[in-house]
Amino acid sequence: MKIAVLIKQVPDLVEGLEIDASGKALDQDSLRYIISEADDHALEQALLIRERTGASVDVFALDVGEARDSLTTALAKGAERVTLVAAGLEAAPGSHALAELFAGVLRPQNFDLILTGVRAIDDLDGSLGGLLAGLLELPYVGLIRKVETGPGGETAIVQKEFPGGFITELEVKLPAVLGIQSAEQPPRYVPVSRLRQVMKTAKIGEQAVEPPQAQPIAVERLFKPEEGAGASMLEGTPEELAKQIAGLLAERHLLKG
Amino acid sequence: MTNDVMVIGEHFQGALSQITLELLGKARELAGQLDGKVEAVLLGHGVEPLAAELGAADRLSIADHPLLEHFVPETYEAVIAQRIKQAGPRLVLLGSTSVGLDLIGPLSVRAAVPCFDNCTSLQVREGRVVAISQLYGGKIFAEYAVPETTALVAVVPGSFPAEPGKAAGAPEVLRLAAPPAPRTTFRKLIEPPPGDVDVSKVPLLVAVGRGIQNADNIPLAEELAETLGGAVCASRPVIDQGWLPLTRQVGKSGVTVKPKLYLALGISGAPEHVEGMKQSELIIAVNTDAKAPIFGLAHYGAVADAVEIIPLLTEQIRAASG
Ligand SMILES: Cc1cc2nc3c(=O)[nH]c(=O)nc-3n(C[C@H](O)[C@H](O)[C@H](O)COP(=O)(O)OP(=O)(O)OC[C@H]3O[C@@H](n4cnc5c(N)ncnc54)[C@H](O)[C@@H]3O)c2cc1C
Repeated sequence: MKIAVLIKQVPDLVEGLEIDASGKALDQDSLRYIISEADDHALEQALLIRERTGASVDVFALDVGEARDSLTTALAKGAERVTLVAAGLEAAPGSHALAELFAGVLRPQNFDLILTGVRAIDDLDGSLGGLLAGLLELPYVGLIRKVETGPGGETAIVQKEFPGGFITELEVKLPAVLGIQSAEQPPRYVPVSRLRQVMKTAKIGEQAVEPPQAQPIAVERLFKPEEGAGASMLEGTPEELAKQIAGLLAERHLLKG
Repeated sequence: MTNDVMVIGEHFQGALSQITLELLGKARELAGQLDGKVEAVLLGHGVEPLAAELGAADRLSIADHPLLEHFVPETYEAVIAQRIKQAGPRLVLLGSTSVGLDLIGPLSVRAAVPCFDNCTSLQVREGRVVAISQLYGGKIFAEYAVPETTALVAVVPGSFPAEPGKAAGAPEVLRLAAPPAPRTTFRKLIEPPPGDVDVSKVPLLVAVGRGIQNADNIPLAEELAETLGGAVCASRPVIDQGWLPLTRQVGKSGVTVKPKLYLALGISGAPEHVEGMKQSELIIAVNTDAKAPIFGLAHYGAVADAVEIIPLLTEQIRAASG
């Protein structure tokens, strides 16, 4: 079985995000990129399937942000091959453009299973998995928390989440695209020593592709939630804060006794 | 293309989902301004009784078939794509839910129409449909005009009131064709394990997020909850780490809660979490990041280390409760 994992770079929310002078895009200089959290889970899920079945795992990332670092980490975690897809883009494109690029790369390669994160924090025009499945005319299921392979590796048996802790189990004929929400276990950790070692020998494949045809979304304005709207802020030392919070609860008769 | 607004209905275990009423209410408003009609689309098996709750629509398209009994993305998508192509509505509204999120991508490609997700606002301004979507974990909003073709928009649950979607009426009924044989089949429904507390019924909730740092701090939160006479619930990362069971997850893929108190400790306030708790009566948030989106929603906030605050608060509450 051949598994492809598609990973994407997104801004790290730990850094403050700034809007650029146009008012329509993020200021690229203010950003630090990391792997999208759900994509990290997709990689973990692929590695778990590999451990159970001996499947191969190929990882692909578009060449924006720190994609190279994420691919090196994927190698250190145990991916067979990693490929940087170079379309000459400065910033991450929309989901339709991304799906178009990956469809072109994946179509000739006959993967059995294509895994990606169900959604990323910058997805506006839908998410990669469903769009890619549409383009490749493959079945798609998202919000997945577990993937097992069926008899003879012909199908995938997946658990899909619904509100309130309900889960449905579906069986999908392969090839298929799956949108992973969470892997069966938290993404594995790579010790720094292992990462350093892999960095010395890492072979990152590169594939140049034409820029996408899909038009970017005409965002008219980006804005931040209104400052000062919302919470009254409490001030003081931790002890004082605890006292004030307890006071608020007492005032509202929310304390026992 | 018409000026109609189509709503993709959702139901679970025999009950119409709240999001469908929220979308219907919005669709009525938009269709009024665009001078179009509202069409509700309902797929399932034995769903006829739910039609009575869709009176706010002018037209109701029903596909009733054993293959549609449970949500199977491919099957649903094939039926809906067909109907979109046939009807050519101006807008198709879906929930940004476990159902809607699986549909918009494939539908966008198959029906060759644009799609947008994470929408929290939709308005008609000078004939244009202007939408706002929440991005970057709730830290940034994007405003854009929905293109003047048929377009799909997935709306975050809780963005619009459900009340206007409850209007009575007698929509014209259309039957949609049975779906093709799918490559995806339903195997079973797994219900949440019984026995754990139902946090949607607990009035005082201590909610912990990734800011709680590690599993060792969970007992501190449990002690606080116990002192309050409440329970602990959590955001997704805490559940993913296995620090608390799935039954405690609040949000899009967890439970929706409306407690008297929601004490959010180390939770950023990502939209997928917020949709499950924003109706709490009193929200108090503790977070080390003054710019965390949770402060935009909370009634009271403190910029502080939650791990430090928790035991101090337990102490204060113990003292106050006598
Ligand atoms: C389809 C889908 C469905 C989802 N469903 C859900 C859902 O049902 N429920 C859910 O919660 N999420 C859900 N998510 C995930 C959601 O997008 C967020 O990733 C998640 O809510 C973030 O959880 P968090 O706030 O705990 O973590 P983070 O966003 O990482 O935030 C941690 C916060 O803790 C603060 N912090 C750090 N250290 C401290 C400290 N010592 N003291 C105080 N504060 C500290 C940080 O400043 C930060 O604001 C879903 C995502 C998708 C794509």
